[in-house]
Amino acid sequence: MYRYTPTDQRIVNERVAQFRDQVVRWKAGALSDDELRPLRLQNGLYVQRHAPMLRVSIPYGLLGSYQLRALADIARTWDRGYGHFSTRQNIQFNWMTIEQVPEVLAALARVQMHAIQTSGNCVRNITSDPLAGVAPDESVDPRPYCELLRQWSALHPEFAFLPRKFKIAVSASDIEDRAATAMHDLGFYLRRDAAGQVVADVVAGGGMGRTPMVASIVRRALPWRHLLTYTEALLRVYNRYGRRDNLFKSRIKILVRSLGASEFARQVDEEFAFLQDGPGTATEAELARIAEGFAAPRYSALERYPAALQEQLAANFGFARWYTRSVRGHRVEGYAAVTLSLKRRGFAPGDVDAATMDALADLADQYSFGELRVTHEQNIVLADVPRHALFDLWTAARVLGLATANIGLLTDIVCCPGGDFCALANAKSIPIAQAIQERFDDLDYLHDLGEISLNISGCINSCGHHHVGNIGILGVDKQGAEFYQITLGGEVGADPARTSIGTVIGPAFAAQQVSGVIATILDIYVGLRYPDERFIDTLHRVGIAPFKSAVYAMQHPIDEIEHV
Amino acid sequence: MSESANLLRLVDGAPRVVAENWRIIESAALWDGSGGAILPLELVVAQTERVRASGRAGIWLSPTDDPACTVEFFPWIALIGVQFPKFTDGRGYSSAVLLRTRYGWRGELRALGDILPDQLFALRRVGFDSFALRADQDPVTALAAFFPFSEAYQGSVNPPFPLFRRASTCT
Repeated sequence: MYRYTPTDQRIVNERVAQFRDQVVRWKAGALSDDELRPLRLQNGLYVQRHAPMLRVSIPYGLLGSYQLRALADIARTWDRGYGHFSTRQNIQFNWMTIEQVPEVLAALARVQMHAIQTSGNCVRNITSDPLAGVAPDESVDPRPYCELLRQWSALHPEFAFLPRKFKIAVSASDIEDRAATAMHDLGFYLRRDAAGQVVADVVAGGGMGRTPMVASIVRRALPWRHLLTYTEALLRVYNRYGRRDNLFKSRIKILVRSLGASEFARQVDEEFAFLQDGPGTATEAELARIAEGFAAPRYSALERYPAALQEQLAANFGFARWYTRSVRGHRVEGYAAVTLSLKRRGFAPGDVDAATMDALADLADQYSFGELRVTHEQNIVLADVPRHALFDLWTAARVLGLATANIGLLTDIVCCPGGDFCALANAKSIPIAQAIQERFDDLDYLHDLGEISLNISGCINSCGHHHVGNIGILGVDKQGAEFYQITLGGEVGADPARTSIGTVIGPAFAAQQVSGVIATILDIYVGLRYPDERFIDTLHRVGIAPFKSAVYAMQHPIDEIEHV
Repeated sequence: MSESANLLRLVDGAPRVVAENWRIIESAALWDGSGGAILPLELVVAQTERVRASGRAGIWLSPTDDPACTVEFFPWIALIGVQFPKFTDGRGYSSAVLLRTRYGWRGELRALGDILPDQLFALRRVGFDSFALRADQDPVTALAAFFPFSEAYQGSVNPPFPLFRRASTCT
């Protein structure tokens, strides 16, 4: 992975010193709460329900085992012994004090990590495909381009106070978007053109929130060396013309929609014309320097189907079932990418305790060249596992409770921290996830249902990405009580045209009704599906009507309950 | 806006606390026609000849003013101010970049309004060379916070080239 140069290290160290000084001045009364707020947010520090929450950046999801051990140390030393992996390749700690945070940032800097711009109205962590560099379906490794963008966006002087937060994702797969790129403010789909040159199809204006929108294409086949200058042009247009009068209309999606995607693209092009081939243009030498950090590890020549693996798969049903869900193909023969599930009973989705972090780091060292990836579905990927070692890895992961064979299935729930932690939330989300995981813990049933994405957000900020869940659950506040709205049909496809926002099926339900509603939806699906037809495909074929009528025939929504 | 007592100006690249005799005129009605005033763009556009006849003059831009509109006045104005109604309103940073890199303003470029120590580094990088600190701010604290970083990744106005185009920085 990319290692900091002395300059990279110095910038991060100086950032720690700067924030330390800001906290001192705030304590002394020289900085007001309002003045500190944007500064602490741009260092990842929120004030939350119980205590400040620190969000640490894991750029494009890539972690070294030594970094994960440092995160475990931070969890033990300054937090309550655990962390939460978010949907945007960050890790969050929930129990720190503001005064401790400079120390924590210093500890992060020692392992080349930071919390720069993980919140605030600025360019956030650049996210990408957790299978980057190993996926058989990618034509270019997106990581060097992500790092190029990370450095460009870090402490950018012009774009620290945008109208609203700004999220960038990069994907390089032709057939599957594992970064939800079309749901970002700015997305790059990297590919090779007919001449073999790396180009990006650029989309803008996607986002969740109360006005969910799939991004629109604004530029096709942008040569990679223009990534930074084109982004600068686009951000300048947004910085100048994005709305600042209304918090809920200040994301770039509103600007793109009000201008129309083609007029927005024209304005960006007009700005870009001044920057194109200027000094901000990326160079081959810089890309090559960064790409060195992502050179392939020393793979061995291994068999694709080792005899022992075949025997283990034949002899052990549990292993075989895990293999079908957790093991993905690899561009190098004899290796596999393995997803370890952070969706297990008794834990909030994405939560990991410090001991498990250490154990994960050990697994990475033992089986995957010391690297891990954090996925936007809140799981962990070991991307370079020899296929002959899969059984041993499964055995070890099972002991740790990380081998649940539910990747991509109903209980692989994506979930925000919700009302248990988050000051913004209208409703709790973790207990809903846990109720669903408890009700549907029969692996035979889950495997029979097949692929279904279920996403839960505790409020319309949509950190749980419920808009793009095949089944989405949104916590809403109704007269001081928590209720849950259900959406169906959300999907992240390979590109914007194949990405859709779910449709609300009707009035919301009380917390204790939700798992029953899900059960009814699944029953209807099982009754209507063709053999091997995925949930989302059945839904596309029959529409939401049969689901809706069954659900509301079985359950009385809150509006009626309220009048009882 | 009123006359600023807390003014920093870059002198050979280093910030200095300086005395100041510009007056900032908030709206046309408040201007008595005398020189040495920083005037709203709208006023300068509407009363160009009167402003020009007043002697030494500057223009200030609100976040929604288009910096391109100042270009015709470049030959005779002495200063452009960019107003930040709140320090979290980042439009002025783009105004500064455009004035410096697109329209070629070489004269004094002043950050006005809600100007706080922790934004000075970025303000300098986008081309401001004078900084009218908010009245309650301590200029000594501001000087101490002026250079929190010894390097920057991106090219902007200052420095114009990104780190990867500057010499021997990656070793």
